[in-house]
Amino acid sequence: MRATQSGQRRIRRHQRALMREWLMERLLLACGLLSIVTTAGILFVLASESFAFFSEVGLSRFLFDTQWTPLFVDKHFGIWPLLSGTLLTSAIAITVALPFGLFAAIYLSELAPERVRRGLKPALELLAGVPTIVYGYFALVFLTPLLQTLVPGLAGFNALSPGIIMGIMIIPMISSLSEDALYAVPHSLREAALALGAGKLQTIFRIVLPSAFSGVAAACVLAASRAIGETMIVAIAAGQQPRFTLDPRVPIETMTAYIVQIGLGDTPTGTLEYKTIFAVGTSLFVITFAANALAQRLTKRFKETV
Amino acid sequence: MNTRAPSKRLERAFSWLCMGAVAVPIGFLLVLLADVVMDSTSRLGWEFLTSYPSRKPDEAGILPGFIGSIYLVGLTALIALPIGMGAAIYLEEYGRGGRLSGLIEVNIANLAGVPSVIYGLLGLELFVRALSMGRSLLAGALTMALLVLPIIILASREALRTVPRGIRESCLALGATRWQTIRQVVLPMALPGILTGAILAIARAIGEAAPLIIVGALTYVDFLPSTPTSAFTVLPIQIFNWVSRPQPGFVQDAAAGIIVLLTTLLLLSSLAVVLRNRHQKRSV
Repeated sequence: MRATQSGQRRIRRHQRALMREWLMERLLLACGLLSIVTTAGILFVLASESFAFFSEVGLSRFLFDTQWTPLFVDKHFGIWPLLSGTLLTSAIAITVALPFGLFAAIYLSELAPERVRRGLKPALELLAGVPTIVYGYFALVFLTPLLQTLVPGLAGFNALSPGIIMGIMIIPMISSLSEDALYAVPHSLREAALALGAGKLQTIFRIVLPSAFSGVAAACVLAASRAIGETMIVAIAAGQQPRFTLDPRVPIETMTAYIVQIGLGDTPTGTLEYKTIFAVGTSLFVITFAANALAQRLTKRFKETV
Repeated sequence: MNTRAPSKRLERAFSWLCMGAVAVPIGFLLVLLADVVMDSTSRLGWEFLTSYPSRKPDEAGILPGFIGSIYLVGLTALIALPIGMGAAIYLEEYGRGGRLSGLIEVNIANLAGVPSVIYGLLGLELFVRALSMGRSLLAGALTMALLVLPIIILASREALRTVPRGIRESCLALGATRWQTIRQVVLPMALPGILTGAILAIARAIGEAAPLIIVGALTYVDFLPSTPTSAFTVLPIQIFNWVSRPQPGFVQDAAAGIIVLLTTLLLLSSLAVVLRNRHQKRSV
């Protein structure tokens, strides 16, 4: 009698343990699934509000008008001014960041002694950890007045200064991803080049860099995507004047800065102005997503060749 | 011999050039810090930390922004940490190599590349409007939680991977169930690593302004948030507000605010470093 009782108790305890196992696995899975729900949420929000926007405005007015004045009486909804502002600041950023990032990567991966490398790398990474609001402050208060003494006709708000600052911000991104790519080039290739009588520079420029090319390109595309999505630096220092121009000296507005501008005001929900930020957000999402996908493809190709 | 000498000189010049590419950005960072410190000295002090914002620049203080940031980050951590750890545990311990976890991984990688303003748009529609939380601390924290989740998951997975497979296998061989193994053996070993990553993710949340502006954090707040449903502001938004004003006095307020923000970040990062060092010592 007693034996069966304790046996039953043991079975029940075992069943409870099994139950707990089952429950925990589902619970953890739910945590993982939240990332899929988040993605779905972003897509749904962007798509539904943009759909409402485009059914009112029409896609052709968005794509073929060259003015963006949704807050004026004479409303225009052409994305080009915001797009040109975004591309201009990002292009300046990449122009600054690519040489610095690439040469820094070459130094860290090919030239620096191990001890120096271990000290410099985290110092360089610090640049990526500085909040963007601090960079924005620096662009507006320090760099713009400095540049105004060098560049004639530079306005107080312009694309040049925030572009340069964004470039400095993404240097560590380019340098650390490029360094990984350079580092992944097999050592035997370098040794073979040196054994054939090539100098160190020849080895770097003719063997290592070409082998790592797609990896370095992936780093640049990712950094560009980061610059395109960057918000506070341009919101502070580039101005709020959507302008279809590639002149880096005049005030412009980027897509991200426009979203912030509307976010700061109290635009009532459901109005057309409110919907514009979702149409702009969708464009931003599409561009950065395409850039990230391109970077992923480049990285994959790099891994296959090396 | 003749051909060697110039090429050696060229090599050295190139080496200097590359070193410059590392040194110039780091030097820039030092200039930035020096500039902000110099701008801030006239304002920084106990009074600045304990005062409310004001229309007069030399009376303005950072208190609501500072308290708002602390509350927001605490709430964000409370939401994101358990979920992030849970997702990481699933991916590392249960779903390895499965098709579902592959899909989750691709999603996390993509989410990490989404610009932070877009999270603001999601938070605005989902939390502020659809779930009618209004422009509250809670809506802000939930938005930030979604933003930092990919980073927390990535860091937690790395920490879980440092726990040797053999330890899990010995536990299972002794008759422990899977969850018992995770909870009583794997998690305690990985926890310092997870916390280090989590603190760094949280540090990122402290510096973010854009998504919170979209979700509707206020730019002028003269009260302290009392409940998760209160309106709020945070350090970077307060700084943004000061930077965008024309009077020069507010620039100094902004600089002082930046010093407060950077100090907070520095304290958090040192905490992460201390945790990591202690963990490394123990596991050796």
